Amino acid sequence: MGDGGNDPVSGQTAAVELTAITKRFGSVVAVDNVDLEIADGEFFALLGPSGCGKTTTLRMVAGLEFPTEGSLKIFGNEAGTLPPNKRPVNTVFQDYALFPHMTVEANVAFGLKMQRVAKGEIADRVQEAISLVRLEGLEQRRSQQLSGGQRQRVALARALVNRPKVLLLDEPLGALDLKLRQEMQSELKALQREVGITFVFVTHDQEEALTMADRIGVMNEGELLQVGTPSEIYEHPVNRFVANFIGQTNLLDASVVSNDTVCLANGVHIPGKSDLPVGTRVAVCLRPERAGMYPPEEVPADQQSVIGRLESVTYLGNALVYTVVLDWARLEVRRENQPGGYRPHVGQEVAVSWTLDAISVVRA
Amino acid sequence: MTMVADRPEGLEEAAVATPEFEKAAERAASRRGFLLSLPAYAYLVLFFAVPLVIVMIYSFATRNRFGGTDLSGWNLDAYRKLGEPIVRDILFRSLWLAILTTLICLVVAYPFAYFIATRTPLVRNLMLVFVMIPFWTNFLVRNYAWRVLLGNDGLFTNISEALGLGERELLFTTSAVVIGLVYGFLPFMVLPLYASIERIDLSLVEASRDLYASGFQTFRRVLLPLSMPGVIAGSILVFVPSLGAYVTPEILGGAKTTLLGSYIVTQFLTARNWPVGASLSFVLMAVMLVATLVYFRTGGRNL
Repeated sequence: MGDGGNDPVSGQTAAVELTAITKRFGSVVAVDNVDLEIADGEFFALLGPSGCGKTTTLRMVAGLEFPTEGSLKIFGNEAGTLPPNKRPVNTVFQDYALFPHMTVEANVAFGLKMQRVAKGEIADRVQEAISLVRLEGLEQRRSQQLSGGQRQRVALARALVNRPKVLLLDEPLGALDLKLRQEMQSELKALQREVGITFVFVTHDQEEALTMADRIGVMNEGELLQVGTPSEIYEHPVNRFVANFIGQTNLLDASVVSNDTVCLANGVHIPGKSDLPVGTRVAVCLRPERAGMYPPEEVPADQQSVIGRLESVTYLGNALVYTVVLDWARLEVRRENQPGGYRPHVGQEVAVSWTLDAISVVRA
Repeated sequence: MTMVADRPEGLEEAAVATPEFEKAAERAASRRGFLLSLPAYAYLVLFFAVPLVIVMIYSFATRNRFGGTDLSGWNLDAYRKLGEPIVRDILFRSLWLAILTTLICLVVAYPFAYFIATRTPLVRNLMLVFVMIPFWTNFLVRNYAWRVLLGNDGLFTNISEALGLGERELLFTTSAVVIGLVYGFLPFMVLPLYASIERIDLSLVEASRDLYASGFQTFRRVLLPLSMPGVIAGSILVFVPSLGAYVTPEILGGAKTTLLGSYIVTQFLTARNWPVGASLSFVLMAVMLVATLVYFRTGGRNL
């Protein structure tokens, strides 16, 4: 389950396979030498800040952009230069791009009509798709008469009705408000399980990616930095950027001493596994919720710690975030708001601690 | 503080918004609007409505023996004359040329307008300026320029000779008139088309392509329906002046191809048959009115 890519044992073909894909717009490199395999039936997220090349990558799979270099295969067939109407993929556009001069029904039927599917079959499949996204009764509405959530469903139905081999979603939830977004997250996930189609979606929202995706590809400045399951990405980010982009994190500057020891910037050697060469500048990634906090003299023997002064406490209701200042770093510690426990005051000396499995060593 | 305290009690009451107060404000606004548009109304009545009524009166009059107009006995003689073969031919020929001009303009202007609408803002504005540059030269002068281009030793005949197509005499033919009309009215097609295409979200084109439509199907099913207001507006802006065109047919057309505009002028100035000229003008206006109504009925208001 862990590796979703081309499985050499079963010989299963990847749904989408990018090999050394590069896309340049003039002198700007939008996508830089990306290799990526997305397995059949997978819910895959391309995650990154805006302008990182994730949308361009998606558009190349859709056929809306052509790669400058490299090979793009869809179910084993070279598709790099095929026009969009010749590819077995469909897209849910960021702003949905519903045809304003057509009803919901006509929007959904459009793809089948263009493929010259028989009239009776079109009617059946359109009805099926409309009920799949629970839009019954709105068939004759126009997109202007729909709410954001409804438009999103129409866009989904319009794509899914064609039974694409891969469904591409460009920031599918970006235009929705928070509550609706959370609802749609679970709905999309359920929908994907129901139809069993490979979903590839682009998002800048790390929470969305973690919640929905089977695997995530993190991109920045055109490069694909890391591909892995949500827990792999969250717990073992490959570098500072990924660690920072996915969730909140504390990064302590350090350098590699041996394959199980690193030297923190304050000169203290602590255990920390890495396979990087000795001397490499790294960062120790300690998630706020994985850090412990104790009075300096009461740190459990099996934990590493650094001592600093409590600068502030942020009250979040369900949790408290403590900011601890060291003379060479600043750490955040998140504690669930539970009765009892250690509650230091601002200005006090505290120890921030961690067990070996709470940290990961990432490239700086 | 003191200002509030000093304010007379009546004023405070008036400041409270009531339905009556709202209505009074609305009335004042509409009165202001009327006064502001009064000059325009006055101008239209004086120089458009009044002359129109005069033309209408003349169209029901009779021509007397001396080329004057007898206003005493109203009748439909002038309109009956429009049924005569000569006049009917001219009517149909003008109609046909106007339709042809409109269609050619549409076919030429659409891809061009689409091209402009999909450029970056800077290029877009530059190209729109290019479209409008011809207007900086007098229309008459531009028509005479075409006379040179299409003439005996002009560019077109030279090219056709060079290509071995033989000497083509274009000037003073119907083709020359159509070329001149298309040239003259093309901007009136390009601009409204551009305006309506520019407003179409181009991701709709991508969506259409993604949903298995070919380029042509995308044009027919998505672009064309969505740019219909521009198509209709442009068509009317070209069709109406083409139908009544006078200058271009006079300069580029031959004596054999009399068009409506020229015929009306002849009726007024040469034949001195004002009632026929007036009735023809009225028929022409009726056709244009119908065209304009069609435009408003088919969503021209969206433009």
